[in-house]
Amino acid sequence: MQLYLPIAEMPVNMFLLLAMGAAVGFISGMFGVGGGFLMTPLLIFVGIPPAIAVATQTAQITASSVTGALGYWRRRALDLKLGGVLVAGGFLGTLLGVLFFNSMRRMGQLDFVIVVSYVTLFGVIGTLMLVESLNALWAARKGTPRLLRKPGEHAWYLGLPLRMRFHRSKLYGSVIPIMLLAVLIAFAGAVLGIGGGFILVPALIYLFRIPAAVVVGTSLFQILFTMLAATLLHAVTNQSVDVVLAILLIVGGVMGAQFGARAGQKLKGESFRLLLAILVLGVGLRFAIEIVVRPDEPFSVVQEGS
Amino acid sequence: MPRGVLALLLLLAGVAGVAGVRAETLVASLSTHRVAITSNYTGAEIVVFGAVERDQQTVARAAGYDIVVTVRGPRRMTVVREKEKAGFIWLNISRRRFPELPVYLVVQSTRPTEDIADEMQRLRFKIGLDAILADPARRNEPSEVKFRDALVRLKTEQGLFAENSRGVTFLTPTIFRAPIILPAIAPTGNYEVEVALFSDGVLLTRQSTSFEVIKTGFEQTTVELSRDHSLLYGASVGVLALLFGWLATIIFRRD
Repeated sequence: MQLYLPIAEMPVNMFLLLAMGAAVGFISGMFGVGGGFLMTPLLIFVGIPPAIAVATQTAQITASSVTGALGYWRRRALDLKLGGVLVAGGFLGTLLGVLFFNSMRRMGQLDFVIVVSYVTLFGVIGTLMLVESLNALWAARKGTPRLLRKPGEHAWYLGLPLRMRFHRSKLYGSVIPIMLLAVLIAFAGAVLGIGGGFILVPALIYLFRIPAAVVVGTSLFQILFTMLAATLLHAVTNQSVDVVLAILLIVGGVMGAQFGARAGQKLKGESFRLLLAILVLGVGLRFAIEIVVRPDEPFSVVQEGS
Repeated sequence: MPRGVLALLLLLAGVAGVAGVRAETLVASLSTHRVAITSNYTGAEIVVFGAVERDQQTVARAAGYDIVVTVRGPRRMTVVREKEKAGFIWLNISRRRFPELPVYLVVQSTRPTEDIADEMQRLRFKIGLDAILADPARRNEPSEVKFRDALVRLKTEQGLFAENSRGVTFLTPTIFRAPIILPAIAPTGNYEVEVALFSDGVLLTRQSTSFEVIKTGFEQTTVELSRDHSLLYGASVGVLALLFGWLATIIFRRD
């Protein structure tokens, strides 16, 4: 059934989009990530203009992270204080991201920026994740336990000024590197239409040694507020948020996530991270092909202003 | 006074005299003047109906009539970009701007426009895609031709450009019809329809009419809200997202 998207100004197959939302929701539920990094490329692939795909996807991530964050909140697996610091940095990053997005759009380079960012960001993160999960798998096979933190070891960046104590996260250190991380991830999130959970969670674990018990909940808390801010900023500054598209994605995503979460419980930690790494690398590679391989159609047409 | 009346009579006689050797007139009408976009909109078809009016004084035409129907959609700045190899990646490097280009441009005719009128006539009266798009100053420059061809090719694939040399059919020797097919991605706004009557390579007369494509109901409200009250719109989408996310935790609660 065809449904007309009022802002994108095009009809789409309603069931195709619901199915896409459900498929991505399933994967996101399984891995505990938002799924924006799969959804935004898929939307662009089915012909939704990149600007609208990115801006609308922020609303879908808001919805899926509310569901997740509330679940962790009920189980008290969320560090509000650390979350608050992350959100503060996140707001700044979102603002910068949306401003950058709009100026690239005006210059007619937005599509290219999105593609290149996906290639570099996903290539780097995917490779890191792949190496890490292979190491973990290797260690698990040999039976040697891996220590996340050697006693008495402290990273230099935690010694910077503006130190704070986060009881729940068992962290005492400078908020400057934490804020910086939040700014960068929110910036990428606003430009690429991703929540960034798959970057934030490993970063919090490896850079700040946040305990696994609170890390996902806290990351979802940060994503929820930065994506809510991104939805609002995109709507106000570039009018690219399509409410009909957003509802289709949210409804599909909510359904899929429930089944994905159940499937995820059967997966082992290491193989699970390996699968996620392959998925991230796959998306990066798909975009790399787009700019490296000779295009079938070297020309493209765009209308400016509307 | 009698002199004034006489002058008036002479004047009327003069007008009648000119009208005595009058040419054909063209009457054109559209099946609708308003296309409304609703939630299940997938495009539309409009039909142009027309008649060539003649009377006893109209000169006989040996060559028969040719009709060219040109539909021009709303105008926008259109940019065609070309990807070129820079190092090992492909980048949009050169471009050509087409200012004020109709987003939708369809030419329907009774036979190929090259056969209807010669090049000078076509360029002068903008008959056929080629004549409409040509920039007189640099019509035959290779780079110009390259971008123009790409523009026509891509827009044709989208259904936004077309030149159909059998699009106009005569139902009787003087009554004709031509369909206008609007793809769903054709933008909202005003569409000008120009009907031109040719015979033996000469433009006899032209007639213009128009229709509009508008969003209605929910679609219209949504767009207006997102443009004029963007903060309210963004906030509503945000609240909607929060609400759906919260509902999901209630519906699918597992504990």
